[in-house]
Amino acid sequence: MTIAEKQQEVIEEFALFEDWMQKYEHIIELGKELPLIDPAHKNDEHIIKGCQSRVWLNAEKTDEGKVHFTADSDAIITKGMIALMIRVLDDQPAKDIAEAELHFVKDIGLHEHLSPTRSNGLVSMIKQMKFYGLAFHGTEA
Amino acid sequence: MTESISTYPIERIRSEFPILRQEVRGRPLIYFDNAASSQKPVAVVESLREYYNHYHSNIHRGVHHLAQLATEAFEATRDKVQAHLHAKAREEVIFTAGTTDGINLVAQTWGRKNIGKGDLIVISGLEHHSNLVPWQMLAEEKDAAIAIIPALENGELDLETYKQLLERRPKLVTFNHVSNSLGTINPVVEMTRAAKAADAIVLIDGAQSIPHVQVDLQSIGCDFYVFSGHKAYGPTGTGVLWGRKELLESMPPWRGGGEMIADVSYERSTWNELPYKFEAGTPNIADVVALGVAIDWINRIGVAAIGAHEAMLTQRATDGLKSISGMRIIGEAKEKAGVVSFLIGDQHPYDVGTLLDQMGIAVRTGHHCTQPLMHHFGIAGTVRASFAAYNTEQEVDQFVAATEKAAGMLG
Repeated sequence: MTIAEKQQEVIEEFALFEDWMQKYEHIIELGKELPLIDPAHKNDEHIIKGCQSRVWLNAEKTDEGKVHFTADSDAIITKGMIALMIRVLDDQPAKDIAEAELHFVKDIGLHEHLSPTRSNGLVSMIKQMKFYGLAFHGTEA
Repeated sequence: MTESISTYPIERIRSEFPILRQEVRGRPLIYFDNAASSQKPVAVVESLREYYNHYHSNIHRGVHHLAQLATEAFEATRDKVQAHLHAKAREEVIFTAGTTDGINLVAQTWGRKNIGKGDLIVISGLEHHSNLVPWQMLAEEKDAAIAIIPALENGELDLETYKQLLERRPKLVTFNHVSNSLGTINPVVEMTRAAKAADAIVLIDGAQSIPHVQVDLQSIGCDFYVFSGHKAYGPTGTGVLWGRKELLESMPPWRGGGEMIADVSYERSTWNELPYKFEAGTPNIADVVALGVAIDWINRIGVAAIGAHEAMLTQRATDGLKSISGMRIIGEAKEKAGVVSFLIGDQHPYDVGTLLDQMGIAVRTGHHCTQPLMHHFGIAGTVRASFAAYNTEQEVDQFVAATEKAAGMLG
């Protein structure tokens, strides 16, 4: 699936929820299910510091020119949001990640989590994911 | 309900805060972030409109009618602050941009003149970064030392250690009147007396005390007292530094410019008298006028009545939260003012705060600008609910129920 198709899939999934509680219960569940990051990557080199919650992000280039992400956070809701980002961007071509327009966050009504005032590390994480895409794409040539 | 509570004019008070009459995410707003900033009564907002629509002018040197009206209104706030704090003289009241500004003023003037190599500054372990970082900057510049009065497990200061620190003859001792992150009311009279017996200068950070407790500078006996207007129903960008007259007179000015001079020539300038020496440039006239209205508003209800109401809410919230499984109240000092800080099990404060926000409840989460204190307790932060004159028991009950719901979702 492409990034666009993945985004559509998430939007349809969230359209089923009737209220904020169901939505957040799902995010919390996704946060709990997020595959663990290699403890070796949970260090200062991989940290994205938000004032409210911290995020760790690791990216590896695969043989097919795709990018594999793993990430973690100390806050479960942030972690759930990370799980969505990873679902959409993981194992996608580096170039597509760099150019991705992540409209799905707004479409599922969670855009406020990307507000800089929240200072939860998510905005920086997305920037960092796209930066990895750009960097890995640049090394392909 | 007890009799004292039933006579508290909660309905009338709430009617004076239009901002409270709104829904957030389809639920009535419950504003429990008052320790960060309180909301403003209509009288305060109206005074700003009145000022700008009818008598705005620059103050002090104008010969015309509007300048006189504006000057009188601005200076009337100085008198109100003087009376409110029981200060001896009106010129001891210096208007600042807020608590942080006032502390930096003292650090950069009194501090740079009086703190030297090897001198000791004693700072309480309950301080906001605003009352720590300016002293760290000064200590670094002057090669001075800093010692911290540790906090006890219950959120009170360790007064035994404090007394030992005083034996090292610090030049300056500073602590807050009320802790912003835990709500602890420090024994300021006793602590000041001990510091003065050791010949230290005492600065008290009153940012969290002004809206909750009566401040009587004559009974406290400190040298400097600072606070912000916006936490006390007044506008943002206002604050007060009160200082003992002889100290303020001995201090060099900080910012140079208009208002603060007596005579200026290209060779040298001489300084204006107190309080203007420390009020360079056109001050925040409108907001200072409105700060006076905020102080009047507090006094109309009475600090004691507000404090008692908030104490009742704090107790009710604490009791309610304690019924939630895994609840940890952070800071249970015997004397507290309007703050409940807590954690639920291992749940991250950000998660709890985010879910409370979904239920229309505004709390603050994180380290509350007191990172060293959080480290002291071995935590990264807390969820903090803080109360004001306009909060109700019903709101507290809804907040407790919402917190229980959030705990269930995260658990």
